[in-house]
Amino acid sequence: MQPWHEIVVEQLKANEIRLIPYVPDNVLKPLINAIHADPFFTAFTTAREEEAIGIVCGAVMAGMRGMALMQTSGFATLANVLASLPCAFQIPALMMISERGTLGEFNIGQAAVWRTMRPTLEALAMEHHVITRLDECGFIVDRTIRQAISTQQPAALILSPLLTGGKANPVKAGG
Amino acid sequence: MSVTTAHNAKRMYRFDLTKRLVAKLHRDEAVIGGIGHSNFDLFTAGHRPQNFYMLGSMGLAIPIALGVAIAQPQRKVFAIEGDGSLLMQLGCLSTVATQAPKNLVILVMDNGTYQITGGQATPAAGGTDYVAIARGCGIQSAAWAADEADFERLVEHCLAADGPHLIGLKLDEQGPAGQTERDPSQIRDRFMRGMGAKKSKLTT
Repeated sequence: MQPWHEIVVEQLKANEIRLIPYVPDNVLKPLINAIHADPFFTAFTTAREEEAIGIVCGAVMAGMRGMALMQTSGFATLANVLASLPCAFQIPALMMISERGTLGEFNIGQAAVWRTMRPTLEALAMEHHVITRLDECGFIVDRTIRQAISTQQPAALILSPLLTGGKANPVKAGG
Repeated sequence: MSVTTAHNAKRMYRFDLTKRLVAKLHRDEAVIGGIGHSNFDLFTAGHRPQNFYMLGSMGLAIPIALGVAIAQPQRKVFAIEGDGSLLMQLGCLSTVATQAPKNLVILVMDNGTYQITGGQATPAAGGTDYVAIARGCGIQSAAWAADEADFERLVEHCLAADGPHLIGLKLDEQGPAGQTERDPSQIRDRFMRGMGAKKSKLTT
């Protein structure tokens, strides 16, 4: 079976998602590398996740679809701009969030901020799906993108450690 | 570009400058109006379907304009951003310098205050020079406008020459000339049509 990042790249291309601004993350590294290696995409880092959302919103309104990549702590910086830009203006800005802070997290800061992610998404009434299984990955990515574009609404895809392996402490507890 | 320093730049009226900019746009250039009075004056200068008026998301006028500029490299794109807003998202100047979109022009409307909330001084009141910051970030074509005539000359240069460009504008204390209609889905719809990114029979 293909690795998750290859499935994601296939679905991004099938749905014409070309612009990928991102704030990097270790778990996202194979996806970021694959996107940079493929001339179909325009990908670059931004200083903040807010900036990436602004860039995607501008591009979408001018006819180029995009997705911002980030980790959980980056998503936590976004409530204001999501509420007042893609939610208020009905712009299908897409996000892919690598999920830190759960299932083996070793950083208490990441674990604490993780608890804010779903309540924020729910409070914003934003469509979001957690991808946990390889065999569901392509379907969830494809259908979430299509629905966001058809309904002119932002959406978030969360990459669970169950899918990616996450980022675990190499030292065992007590070790 | 000019060598006017921040200290010597004339303090000008935002609405007058905005009208002067719009009067020079003849090729459906996109204009992203930043939060608050920046977009109020853009709207009051006369709505055009290529205008986008922000509503919140303080600091994102330049990133939104960068997205438009990347999507449509043949179209000139202007961002009108206030100094307080730019302070929220200074890192975007580095992104602009690195991506170097030839078609992007940034106007910084610098009145040194948060005018819309009562005129409190920004934390940059000690003398922050936004043109120097832009140059330091790598935007080489960055200049303060000495006066209105110099501003018009700089806009003409930005329309004719490859960017990215940044023009710093020192403002006087006058308030906005009007207020934008706060109807975001309508603004987005009109803007997408203005960019040629949406075709619809829902026209009346």
